[in-house]
This record gives sequence, structure tokens and C-alpha cells, in this order.
Amino acid sequence: MKLIYYPGCTLKNSARNFDVSTVSSMAQLDVEVEELERWNCCGTVHALGAENVMNRVAPVTNLIRVKEAQSNEFMTSCAMCYNTLKRANIDVKKNPEKLSTINEFLNLETTKYEGDVDVLHLLEYLRDRVGFDKLAEKVKKPLKGLRVACYYGCLLVRPKEVAFDDVENPMIMENLIAALGATPVNFPLKTECCGAYHAVASPEIVADRTDKIMGSASEADVDMVVVSCPMCAYNLDFRQDDAKRLNPEFKNLPVLYFTQLMALALECGEDALRFDLNHIDPLPALAARGLD
Amino acid sequence: MNTTMRLSSSASKAFVAKVEKISGQKLLACYQCGKCSAGCPMAAYMDILPNQIIRMAQLGMQKQLLASRTIWTCVSCLTCNSRCPKSIKIAEVIESLRETALRNGQRDDRLKIWELSPEARSDLPPIATISAMRKLTS
Repeated sequence: MKLIYYPGCTLKNSARNFDVSTVSSMAQLDVEVEELERWNCCGTVHALGAENVMNRVAPVTNLIRVKEAQSNEFMTSCAMCYNTLKRANIDVKKNPEKLSTINEFLNLETTKYEGDVDVLHLLEYLRDRVGFDKLAEKVKKPLKGLRVACYYGCLLVRPKEVAFDDVENPMIMENLIAALGATPVNFPLKTECCGAYHAVASPEIVADRTDKIMGSASEADVDMVVVSCPMCAYNLDFRQDDAKRLNPEFKNLPVLYFTQLMALALECGEDALRFDLNHIDPLPALAARGLD
Repeated sequence: MNTTMRLSSSASKAFVAKVEKISGQKLLACYQCGKCSAGCPMAAYMDILPNQIIRMAQLGMQKQLLASRTIWTCVSCLTCNSRCPKSIKIAEVIESLRETALRNGQRDDRLKIWELSPEARSDLPPIATISAMRKLTS
């Protein structure tokens, strides 16, 4: 059966490297991925108001599209889309009156949403459906010697209802990295917020967060940091120049999507990696381990 | 002789009720352990700490809360929510304050997207711009 894939806006924009590495890796793992037709914005952030209905409309419309694709589940690799879609789904399932208001509002839709679609993140799909042992078998180029810090940020682990791993000490990405033959390295700030949308109006906050988080990873003596969120990737990668202005001792460190390492280990080819879209070039770090 | 001492006016009571309704939280559940502020990654950039926000909200201190920098500094990372021993959703309380400030009829937006340079606008990923607008504008 085909797996419906929801890319989200940023994966079709500045994070094309996340999109192509996701799709190419899945092909190598014999999972047929089909992009959801007519997908729209996930909503980007879950509105926290207890009675909020309006901001659930965008995510629910996507869940309707999944039903129209004859599926009851779909996968996304963007942590932000995952969180927003999953939380909206939980909210409307818990509040039938809210869901009926949304269905009435979407009266031009021929399909009604009835809480019958599951939202999956690529990491949990790889762990629970593909299996990290099967992934390890498919690895053509083991990433031997590569020291990788896994950064989760907020949206994969909070709140507890959306987390598919431990809230305080998730290990799913480390386990995936180990299956690729690399060495996962623990670092204390792996679930600390990167500053998120402060990138827009308060970039000085993000620069400070980047200095702290990437500095902590540097102290663990890693070759790179991997992420699952294009917002975190932007802050931790593209804001390193600002972090350096703030702290002259700041050391540049590449930030990759976990799917890029997967595509590298599965030998999906250069077009699947798109390292040209990463701000800090990961090639020297990979070359130092003989993996370029 | 009996003396009645009122700790909060009816106006501040209405404000407390509004915060509780929008956030869906019971403010008096907080016993000020401070765990929310201890783990907050944004605390260093705030003028009022998260536990102080809850205390001031209990007391209905509308003016001080809506004028605080904190309500715009919180990015809803939910670390406080996940660690609160009383299961209070502090981020929801802060969001209710943000919404109250944004919907006071003044269109007092905290982000003027047109003031960003064209380079910044094209450089930022779409999710950054959209989420900032969702959180910081009315």
C-alpha cells in the first residue's frame, strides 16, 4: 500500500533538501510514498486557546484530503507540521461539537472529517513499520566513525500526547543514527527550544539560543547535529553567523536533516542530499571521516 | 465592628475569569514551586518569570501583565507545561494574555512584517514568518 506523504510548505521551499532526502530514502526502503493531493498549510503553530476552532480548520482540511486519497493515515517528516496536525486531530477527536462546527464551516467539502485519520511522523514510521533493524540491513555505506548529536527541539516531544518517545530524554533519533552505522553522541540541550519564530522579530534571542545549543553540542565533540524541523534547522544552521558575532569563540558545526544522513547511508545519490541548501557545508566534516 | 477587606476589584475578577476561560486553566491550582521558571529556556529574556505570571494572574493584575515583555517572549515550547507538578498549562495562560492584548481593539501588533528587509523576508523559511504572524499579530 502507498504511504501518503504530507511535505508542508517549507519542504517545498527553503528545505528542499529535507523533502528530496525523505522521498529518496523511502524509495530505497521499498516504501511507496505518494504526496498528498491538494494539501494546504498545516497551520504552523497549534493555537493554545481552549475554545479555539478557527485555527483547527487548516489542519482538518488536510485530514479530509487524506481520506479522499483513500487512506486512514499519513506521514510527514516536518516536526512543526507533525505537531500542529496531530494536536488538531487530538483536539477535534476529544471535542465532537468542535468537529461538527468545523465540518459545517467546511460545507463545500464533500467528505466530512470524522476523526478517522492518524498522523504519523517519519521517525515513528521508520521505527514501528520499517524497523531500525531492517533499515540497518539496507545501509550500503555505513557512516562509520561519524559522531552525531541528535537535536529534538520542542515539537517532537511536547506535549506528551504527541510524543512518540520519552518527553525528557528521547532516544529514537539516536537509535536511527546508530542503525546507519554512525555514533550517536548525547548532549544535554537536545530538547531545549531554539527560539523558534523569534527568528523573525527577535533574531538576537535566536543567536543566543544557537550559541548555547550548538556550543553544548561542540563540547560533546561531535561532527554534526541532526534535526527533524526546518525551523530548528534554520535557527541552528543559518544563525551561526549571528552566534559568532555574539561569541567570538563559537565554533561552526554543520546541521543536517536526519533524512540527509539516511540518504547518504542508503546511497541515494547526490541529488537526494542537496547539501548546497545547508548553510554550513557538511562535506568537510564528512570527508574527515572518509564519508564524502 | 466588621471590616470587609477586598483583595481584588470586580474588574480584576472579570479579568481572572477571562484568563481562565481562554486558557482553560484553574489559576489557583498553582502553589508557586517555580519549576516552570527554572526550566524555561526563554526566562533570561523575560521581565516577569512564568511563575510570577501565574501569581499576578491569580491576583488579576491586568495592566502589569498586558504590558509585560514576557507574554511576547514565550514561544510556547511547552517545557513548563510538561514539568508542572499541578498540571497547569502555563503556556496556555500566557497565550490567553497575548490574545487579550492583541484583541483590545487597537490592532497593537508586535510584528510589522513590511518592516523586514526584502532579504530577511526571502531568507526566512515560510514556517517562521507564518508562525510569527500567528503568534504576534491580531
